[in-house]
Amino acid sequence: MAEPAVTQDEKKEEEEQKVVDEGIEVGISRLTEARIEQVINQVLNTETGARLKTYVNTCIHCGLCSEACHYYMSHDKDPKWSPVGKVKQTLWEMIRKKGRVSPDFMRRAVEIAQTECNLCRRCLQFCPFGIDIAYLISMVRRICHKLGITPLYIQDTAHSHSVTMNQMWVKGDEWPDTLQWQEEEARGEFPTLRIPLEKEGADIMYSVIAPEPKFQAQLIYQAAAIMEVAGVDWTMPADMGWDNSDMAMFTGDNEIMGRVKRTHFELAARLRVKRIVMGECGHAFRSVYDTGNRWLGWSHPPIPIVHAIDFYWELLKDNRIPIKEKYPEPVTLHDPCNVIRGGGLMEKARYVAHALCETVVEMHPNREYNYCCCAGGGVINCGPPYKLKRVKSNRVKAEQLMDAKARGAKVIISPCHNCHSGLKDIKNYYDLHMDIKFFGDIIYQIMEKPE
Amino acid sequence: MHDLYQFVSGPLAWVAFILFVGGSLYRMIAMLVEVKKKEPFIFTYMSLKYSLRSIVHWMTPFATYNWRRKPVLTVVTFAFHICLFVSPIFLLAHVTLWDESWDISWWTLPDGVADVMTLIVIAGCVFFLLRRLTQPEVQFVTFPSDYFILAIVAAPFVTGFLAYHQWFGYPMVMVLHVLAGEVMLVAIPFTRLSHMIYSPFTRAYMGSEFGVIRKSKDF
Ligand code: HEM
Ligand code: HEM
Ligand code: SF4
Ligand code: SF4
Repeated sequence: MAEPAVTQDEKKEEEEQKVVDEGIEVGISRLTEARIEQVINQVLNTETGARLKTYVNTCIHCGLCSEACHYYMSHDKDPKWSPVGKVKQTLWEMIRKKGRVSPDFMRRAVEIAQTECNLCRRCLQFCPFGIDIAYLISMVRRICHKLGITPLYIQDTAHSHSVTMNQMWVKGDEWPDTLQWQEEEARGEFPTLRIPLEKEGADIMYSVIAPEPKFQAQLIYQAAAIMEVAGVDWTMPADMGWDNSDMAMFTGDNEIMGRVKRTHFELAARLRVKRIVMGECGHAFRSVYDTGNRWLGWSHPPIPIVHAIDFYWELLKDNRIPIKEKYPEPVTLHDPCNVIRGGGLMEKARYVAHALCETVVEMHPNREYNYCCCAGGGVINCGPPYKLKRVKSNRVKAEQLMDAKARGAKVIISPCHNCHSGLKDIKNYYDLHMDIKFFGDIIYQIMEKPE
Repeated sequence: MHDLYQFVSGPLAWVAFILFVGGSLYRMIAMLVEVKKKEPFIFTYMSLKYSLRSIVHWMTPFATYNWRRKPVLTVVTFAFHICLFVSPIFLLAHVTLWDESWDISWWTLPDGVADVMTLIVIAGCVFFLLRRLTQPEVQFVTFPSDYFILAIVAAPFVTGFLAYHQWFGYPMVMVLHVLAGEVMLVAIPFTRLSHMIYSPFTRAYMGSEFGVIRKSKDF
């Protein structure tokens, strides 16, 4: 299973992989060469500067970044999937032709930029010059955004951000209703539990991504239970801005990214909280901690941002979560790019894993060298049309997991929503038969609860 | 031939050195000015500690994950780059020329050692050429200019080597050598060989980003 031979079926699947994305096709049908040229040159000449130029001029075309990329490794080292190979097929060509590229070229460019790179930044660690391929690819996304050829599904989430300030079209009243519903449910188990709405001056504002209220409300239940047991002074906002996720960041729609992040930070400022604690999500962390805040001109988040891993680490270190019994099944820990390579939480994640579980089996490579899940960077948000490509492009992750499984791991801990969903698809496609959990699931399961 | 040699090693050498030094300074300053103008935030992230952490790791063989993963290439590229800098600077023949024209001189390599270092540089060029021809991931991103750059770098070493051993047509080879050396110097600021000028900056920036914001390793 680790290295499936190319069979007739697989050939067929390759054919099926040729997807038609309405968002791209309609956008392409409206393009003219003149418009493409104008947009490319506008982005390259006015929105970018010495950074992009220096990266392009310094790259010595050595290919040393190739083996960083799970796409390249999963496609038998076919160079069209290598980091620099993807830049060659997109940005270099745009620069070389001074923007005079065809609509067909742009169709392929958007496919590469939005569905064949997770912006996971692993290749940044491999390039001897530290050339930021993820930045270069996100500039291609920016161009595609301005040309209106972003894939349909992710564009829909960006629209949702724009209209509702959340990713999933959650309507104004659905949000507090969901919180109230979870509070009521949880009070069956924890009689004094509250989900304090709009509590000004609380220590912590807890924020989540919109898929939680939409599909995974039990995660809010679990978070509330952990807050209750640990005796945390917390609050959740009732107003727009509660969603910390950000797909606009991944479509190159920086303006909407800025609006969404500003709303989020302003909400926390209005509630006068000391810190924002966020659920187990990686891309949201990148948006509030690294990308969105900077676009708004804050070099560091204006209100401290604490990722769930960091928060659980604090609680566990201070013995604030009483544990009945450690989680018995052997687990393996996935290191999500955005909080590990992007936030340095690798040792804290391990502290939490060891504090909670009897046995932790390491994947290899791990920590900041871990392979991406292939779902992040907005790739999974491009939707079902690209699912097959996505799972096939991460055979190396399946091999990593299989190896951990061979050494006893039964459960994968993935402290990131994107990784969670991506790994689920991978384990199903490659028949891995492992469970996937958040840290929150495990804490909730093993902590002491009132009788 | 003598006049030609005088010309290439006289006025033309001046031109080459001026273009090399001036061009390098220009590229560096132009870059910094543009950063200041369009992306000044970059300066606010720069950290001396993490810049040096990154540069030192990448300048040390096997000190980075990728250098460890590619042992052969690592040995070749370090040997190549070290010899590339050391052999011409400390070559007796070169230092003699500096001494004659400027009355300055410094320590020099024994000729035999310089000869071996020259061969190492040439071998390095051959290695890079073969890599480009045979490795699909390198081939895919190769342009004619990449071969051209390799040739520009190889030329002064090949001709220098031939001149030293005086195997054929010494005066002509000597003229070619000086020309080749000058072409290479001028090419540094104006081709991808400018990685010499830019690499400390790109490394420093990535090192700072990883150290200050991402709190993880970029090596
Ligand atoms: C103005 C430019 C230059 C002049 C006038 C010059 C002159 C010379 C002379 C007189 C020799 C000695 C030949 C002999 O012993 O008969 C020599 C050798 C050599 N030159 Fe240059 N050179 C120049 C530029 C360069 C450059 C830019 C490089 C390389 C980067 C270079 C690399 C070498 C090497 C490697 C040798 C010796 C090879 C060996 O010992 O095997 N030269 N050069
Ligand atoms: C501080 C100075 C320099 C640094 C840090 C540096 C670094 C590097 C690195 C990291 C590579 C890519 C890895 C590899 O393929 O081996 C490389 C390749 C190369 N460098 Fe340099 N370099 C420097 C100066 C120079 C100079 C002055 C020259 C020539 C004039 C030069 C010529 C080359 C060549 C020919 C390659 C191989 C390109 C290929 O694969 O075809 N480098 N350098
Ligand atoms: S997916 Fe990751 S490793 Fe591959 S090119 Fe994109 S940022 Fe680089
Ligand atoms: S490793 Fe860096 S220099 Fe080499 S091809 Fe990749 S991006 Fe270019």
